[in-house]
Amino acid sequence: MATTDMRAQPLPEDTVVKAAASSGKPGRTPPRSRLARRVRENLVAYAFLGAGIAVFAAFSWYPIVRGWLLGFQQVTFAQPAQWVGLDNFRRLFADPLFVTAWQNTAWFTALALVFGFAAPLATAVVLNEFRSARGYLRMTVYLPVMLPPIVTMLLWRWFYDPGPGLFNNALEVLHLPAQQWLESEHLAMVSLVLVSTWANMGTTTLIYLAALGGIPGQLYEAAELDGASIRQRLWHVTLPQMRFILMITLLLQVLGTMQVFIEPYILTGGGPNDATVTVLLLLFRYAFVYNDFGLASAMSMLLFVVLGAFSLVYLRLTRSNG
Amino acid sequence: MSDTAERTLIAPTELNRRTGKILYRFVLTATLIGFTVVFVFPLYWMASGALKSSRELADPNPTLVPHSFHPEAYSEAWTNTGLGRHFLNTLILALGAWLIQLIVDVAAAYALSKLRPVLGNVVLGMMLATLMLPVSALLVPTYLTVTDVPLIHVNLINTPWAIWLPAAANAFNIFILKRFFDQIPQELMDSARIDGAGPVRVLVSVILPLSRPVLAVVSIFAVVGVWKDFLWPLIVLPDPAKQPITVALSRLAEFLPANQLLAGMVIASIPLLVLFLIFQRHIIAGLTAGSLKG
Repeated sequence: MATTDMRAQPLPEDTVVKAAASSGKPGRTPPRSRLARRVRENLVAYAFLGAGIAVFAAFSWYPIVRGWLLGFQQVTFAQPAQWVGLDNFRRLFADPLFVTAWQNTAWFTALALVFGFAAPLATAVVLNEFRSARGYLRMTVYLPVMLPPIVTMLLWRWFYDPGPGLFNNALEVLHLPAQQWLESEHLAMVSLVLVSTWANMGTTTLIYLAALGGIPGQLYEAAELDGASIRQRLWHVTLPQMRFILMITLLLQVLGTMQVFIEPYILTGGGPNDATVTVLLLLFRYAFVYNDFGLASAMSMLLFVVLGAFSLVYLRLTRSNG
Repeated sequence: MSDTAERTLIAPTELNRRTGKILYRFVLTATLIGFTVVFVFPLYWMASGALKSSRELADPNPTLVPHSFHPEAYSEAWTNTGLGRHFLNTLILALGAWLIQLIVDVAAAYALSKLRPVLGNVVLGMMLATLMLPVSALLVPTYLTVTDVPLIHVNLINTPWAIWLPAAANAFNIFILKRFFDQIPQELMDSARIDGAGPVRVLVSVILPLSRPVLAVVSIFAVVGVWKDFLWPLIVLPDPAKQPITVALSRLAEFLPANQLLAGMVIASIPLLVLFLIFQRHIIAGLTAGSLKG
């Protein structure tokens, strides 16, 4: 496509080349100058691409490869990395917190699906019916997404505070018993999921609203003529029409929630009694509290494999439907 | 998604019935109140809490409106605890990341879309493949790379480059920029070339002026992304003096008086909320572009 020269050349030879190329008769150009021009074009293109390739190579492609090696190495800053075989994995599986962390993460992901999947869908379906105030509602549901996550976490930690916290005060006003939001082993994870849903549901809601807007109105009219009730229309028209986008957001949400970190890091620190230690929190401790990068890398590789499996499903879905 | 009355789940005839009208009003009002309480009120609570005195804040029976206003918590947080400096750090990190992302990613997307070098598609594929990889699984190797960058052997820890350079390796930017550039007709470029414009000139005077919408999306996401980031700056900027406001807040949360902490949280949030109110349309457009790709 880009066969014409990009710069006006003073050489008569090149003028011929240009004229020949733009008139669609490249066969007349002498082969050597054509090759030289191709080389020059590629050099120019790679000059533009160079910085991009460099940052991707250094901070994306190289770490991917290195990550796989690190799992089998012992890394200290004092000396070069040493090969230790499966030692990191042996130590990893011996850590009682390892199983706890995966269980907790799976529990968080499951809870986040119950709240985080249903809430935005219901919200979007309702908002889509409104004929007024949609702009305001769309804006408010997205407001928390714009807050820095650290602000959200500190704010909710204050809400959950058993003393002057807002939530227990609200329960008191409603004559309900006060809760130990973050101090109870059973409730702590639910509390984290509540924050997470509040903070993130705006994105999904707006995506669903866009998808709902794309459903052809005739489908509803046809269903109505067939005597379908609102609930039947929702079940047989709306949801099937959104099947693809629902699958995508479901997978993206699983991918996102399995990497949960800041919620337990700020709100509970993994407690009470390790009930909220998640995979990434444990990985963070291995690497940046104990400086055991080999152990952390072994954990990273497992996380990579698990999440990579979900990514592959996502890729197949988008390939076949997109 | 227009606000004109399109046919949706519920038929207009159903809405116009008496019960339909009442129900619609009821649900609309309930949603308006509910959303305001759930999503807006917490922000009010944060901003007004920062105006209360420490004693009023510690009261187990919180007050809806501050008894007495103490705006000095904001200035104390800004100067005495040094959050102003961290705010500035965040600003520098965000603007630098924005600039570098724009330069690196626009040039790369332009080359891949319009200059089309040999093996360009392989490079594009390798870049887009990184979109599929879980960021957190690469946290440790990327961190170790930043402590000793291959070939040049420089330690970027405690420098802004530790944020800026990895941020530029952004496949999402490359993806939406290239897709946008692909739609710009080749004839426009050809005619510019016949007029004697080189590749830089074509990019600056033909491509970029046409690409304002996509540049806006990339810019907003670049600034917002760095501004919100917490885990990465937490590990690559251990020096307290270099930390952005997000990391500083988490470090100071245990020591600061409650009203100053709240004031700091408001200060950290305001730029993003202002950005959102100004660029709402772009942000929502970028969001749906990212999710409904293909």
